[in-house]
Amino acid sequence: MKIKQISLFLENKPGHLNAICRTLAKAGINIVTLSLADTQQFGIVRLIVEDWERGRDELEKAGHVVNVRDVVAATVNDVPGGMADLLDAVGAVGVNIEYMYAFSFRTNDKAILVFRFDDADKAIEALKRIGADILDASTLFSH
Amino acid sequence: MNTVPVIENRFWQHDAECMPRPQLESLQLQRLREAVARASALPFYQKKFKESGFSPDSIKTLDDIRRLPFTLKADFRDNYPLGFVAVPRSEVSRFQGTSGTTGKPTWTAYTRGDVDRWADLCARFLVSGGLRPEHTVQISFGFGLFTGGFGLHNGIQRVGAAIIPISSGNSARQIMTMQDLRPEVLICTPSYALKLMDDILSGNIDRASIALEHAHFGGEPWTESMRERIESGLGIRCWNNYGMAECGGPGIAGECAYRNGMHIQEDHYIFEVIDPDTLEPVKPGEKGEIVVTPLTREAMPVLRYRTRDIGIVYDDGECPCGRTTRRMSRIMGRTDDMLIIRGVNVFPSQIESALMQCKAVSPHYMIEVSRPKALDEITVHIEMEPSFFSDSMREMQQIRENIDRAIYGATGLHMVINLVSPNTLERFEGKSKRVKDLRNLKF
Ligand SMILES: [Zn+2]
Repeated sequence: MKIKQISLFLENKPGHLNAICRTLAKAGINIVTLSLADTQQFGIVRLIVEDWERGRDELEKAGHVVNVRDVVAATVNDVPGGMADLLDAVGAVGVNIEYMYAFSFRTNDKAILVFRFDDADKAIEALKRIGADILDASTLFSH
Repeated sequence: MNTVPVIENRFWQHDAECMPRPQLESLQLQRLREAVARASALPFYQKKFKESGFSPDSIKTLDDIRRLPFTLKADFRDNYPLGFVAVPRSEVSRFQGTSGTTGKPTWTAYTRGDVDRWADLCARFLVSGGLRPEHTVQISFGFGLFTGGFGLHNGIQRVGAAIIPISSGNSARQIMTMQDLRPEVLICTPSYALKLMDDILSGNIDRASIALEHAHFGGEPWTESMRERIESGLGIRCWNNYGMAECGGPGIAGECAYRNGMHIQEDHYIFEVIDPDTLEPVKPGEKGEIVVTPLTREAMPVLRYRTRDIGIVYDDGECPCGRTTRRMSRIMGRTDDMLIIRGVNVFPSQIESALMQCKAVSPHYMIEVSRPKALDEITVHIEMEPSFFSDSMREMQQIRENIDRAIYGATGLHMVINLVSPNTLERFEGKSKRVKDLRNLKF
């Protein structure tokens, strides 16, 4: 239950992020979550959108540099140690986390985190083994 | 023309510096003949002379210099390493070279006599610019191949002043040395002087603890407004001089106490000013490319070196200092795209070839030079190659580091690497303008 994430290259100049959001809005594509990683010189915007294929096409057509990767969305028990259990589980099978970010909304008392693993399939297996809740796209978009 | 000196007017070699014009010109003619005779020992000039049907013994007047071939920077590259050396190796007493850039330097060689004359030429502008035997001089130029370090060192030694060869870098140590040894004279690049000034003014340093009275700058272009800023900021006098490694280094021209431009050491150099397109001389007093012919260099008898520097040779009468030599303006620009950054010569082509080694970037780039504080900074804007874009910050940082390393390897300078989206930089038809100089140097 991997989810497609669109990432975009973000120049260090005003209005670039805005242009990305506007392109998607014009095409009627909903942004489910957005996360930003940036340095002084440039940034990377990571988006999960409904209809990622059309999202990618529209953004590329508008001249943006786009890449699509599999990510995993998992719920984490909002109790002490919840996150540590999860990290232990993937660490134990030798999977590395490239990066992660929190989803923009929560479900019940649980936080949703989006992970980019170097081996998504192996990570999902390990997470399932400890009973973690892996969300699929339709669950995500229904929120 | 200024008629009031800013300091006492002194000479190093009075008779040579104040020689009556007719006598100076006949000396120039005699020395030009000797220089051409030395040059005709070099295969490079033999070939050129043959092509144009020039006979080395046909120089009758100074105007005959125009029948000599030009020498370009590229000719040094093509005849690397020592194609311009006209004496046996045993007679070479020194090698220096162009500073900064990696890859192959332009070597310049000196005989014992060349080094000796060079010391006097440097002593001339140092003395006219305030240096006295009782002074102590802090040389904050990089020593090494750069002609500025050892050139000025020899000149100061010739005058008899004390030398602190501290070399460049480490401002705190530079300022500590100024306080502890109390030198009256500082030698450095103008941008380094700005940095030292900022550190002194912001560092709560008692001005009275520093004895500086004069600074002699070189290694990069600077402006009158920089002079005013440093002179008022530090309460010192800043002096300008001119030279380039290919023709022997600093000492080719320098300012006198009246500061009416830089006196050209015409007993050792002939200057021409040409239109870089037509190669014809410009009208007297007009701006053009400076062409330099050293008259007395034994090891490397270079003829009509096209400096690519733009300047004026003044034609408005004699300077009140008593020197009979003509004067030149500050360098107002370059005819090529060479940038001088923190004393290092940088060609955009070097940056370009470094970028070509990096797969992750497209060949579209833009170079921007600015001076955000005291020091020059280059920003290279480069379009990303879409296939190399990664969602991982680590990988993207790696791309930037690779570009930085490639550029550093080619130029010896770290630049700001700014990745931009594809198809966003200006495209050029014909001659590209990939360099934007925002330093606003007013000459
Ligand atoms: Zn003068």
